[in-house]
Amino acid sequence: MTDNISRETIDAEDFDPSFVDKIVAAGADRIRTCIQCGTCSSVCPSGRRTAFRTRELIRKALLGLREDVLSSPDLWLCATCLTCLERCPRQIKVSDAIIIMRNMAVKEGFMLPQHRKSAQKLIQTGHAVALDDANREMRVELGLQEIPPTTHSSEKALADVRSILRKTGFEETIETEGAE
Amino acid sequence: MTQGPTYSFFLGCVMPNRFPNVEKSIREVLPRLGIQIEDLQGASCCPAPGVIRSFCEPTWLALASRNLALAENKGQDIVTGCNGCYGTFKETLAILHAHPQKLKDVQELLKDTGLKFSARVDAKHLVELIYNLGVDKLKEKVTHPLDGLTVAVHYGCHLVKPSKNRPWKQTERHTFLDELVEATGATSVKYKDKFMCCGAGGGVRGSNTPVSIDIAKEKLDNMIDAGAEAIVNVCSFCHLQFEMSQPQLNKEMGENHYKLPVLYYTQLLGLAMGLEPDSLGLHKHVISTKELVDKILG
Repeated sequence: MTDNISRETIDAEDFDPSFVDKIVAAGADRIRTCIQCGTCSSVCPSGRRTAFRTRELIRKALLGLREDVLSSPDLWLCATCLTCLERCPRQIKVSDAIIIMRNMAVKEGFMLPQHRKSAQKLIQTGHAVALDDANREMRVELGLQEIPPTTHSSEKALADVRSILRKTGFEETIETEGAE
Repeated sequence: MTQGPTYSFFLGCVMPNRFPNVEKSIREVLPRLGIQIEDLQGASCCPAPGVIRSFCEPTWLALASRNLALAENKGQDIVTGCNGCYGTFKETLAILHAHPQKLKDVQELLKDTGLKFSARVDAKHLVELIYNLGVDKLKEKVTHPLDGLTVAVHYGCHLVKPSKNRPWKQTERHTFLDELVEATGATSVKYKDKFMCCGAGGGVRGSNTPVSIDIAKEKLDNMIDAGAEAIVNVCSFCHLQFEMSQPQLNKEMGENHYKLPVLYYTQLLGLAMGLEPDSLGLHKHVISTKELVDKILG
């Protein structure tokens, strides 16, 4: 080669043919019909300002580049605006596929620290965004019930939520893997 | 006048815990429109469709089902004022209706809580209920028309998408919210990329904050360029995004350029109905609404 462009070589052992089967089984059933037209990338608000390319993500998934996809921080740049889902000419549930891959990533321990914190808040309080002192005060000033009538004001409700989180394995996933 | 159904008011997280002023305006306005709401006691996070669903879909389905079941057991449909919560409930119900096994799974998970659940309950966004009253009926409630006010309407994403599972007209160019805004006498301005995302969802605001704020900046710039005097939104998370991103942008840029007031729709409507600004929580905004409110009250 005469230019200085570095060309990436993908090794055969990096392909995991079962990866896309799992994505299909989890609900993104039309993903194999992708024609790489790039509509998804062209409508993506995150892609407008970053190197995140939805088309590339889907292509990698189809190739079975499991490790590459699941460990990539780009997987977490989708704001789930659902525009790609609406516009895909092959009616692929693009955002569903992204969520399925995110679920797989979390199972393998890839989780961003801020996301872990939100998940921990959910476990502790039943809310991903919990009440703080300033807003407690504001509620009083506005004449609202000081503590909202949610899991915040019911021990039984919170216990019910936590029992569900234990049964689905959520507590274990969040608190054991990569705990800070 | 026959009395309509009573709805279970689902608060979610951001509204009661970060923007209680928005909650206040909803509690003031809905009953005055004849929409009866009752608190849904013991509800949790919806849970968030961007973060929690991304971490573990079965957990998301189960907790969403618990919230839906709380309403179902009261014999009421659920109403929310957050696009994210709305999306969670609409998608959960669609999944459970299409996959009987998943419904069985969540029923099993709910067993110990004593909640029976058949997924027959429905979920509404409060904008849906207001729109269903009819724009003309709404105009009758307007005693203080907001003539001369120009606002930028922000629909958000999950209110209208996936379009196959939403009650609106099948179009990408919705007008229902513009119609509701114009019923108050205000003008809804046309601006670039009006239907674009605010940038907060999908866990992006939490983990990729600069990207998230940059998306909000693009929308804000487009609204400001079009001459908007305020944003009108119908989602507590979009509301948070526009309220919080502006001071962050000002800090970053070292100037006080972004000061576009962010109003939730019931705050705008409340003003047009002649309600006191303080009773609508307008004195508790991050971006001051004082100048705007003074102009409106003349």
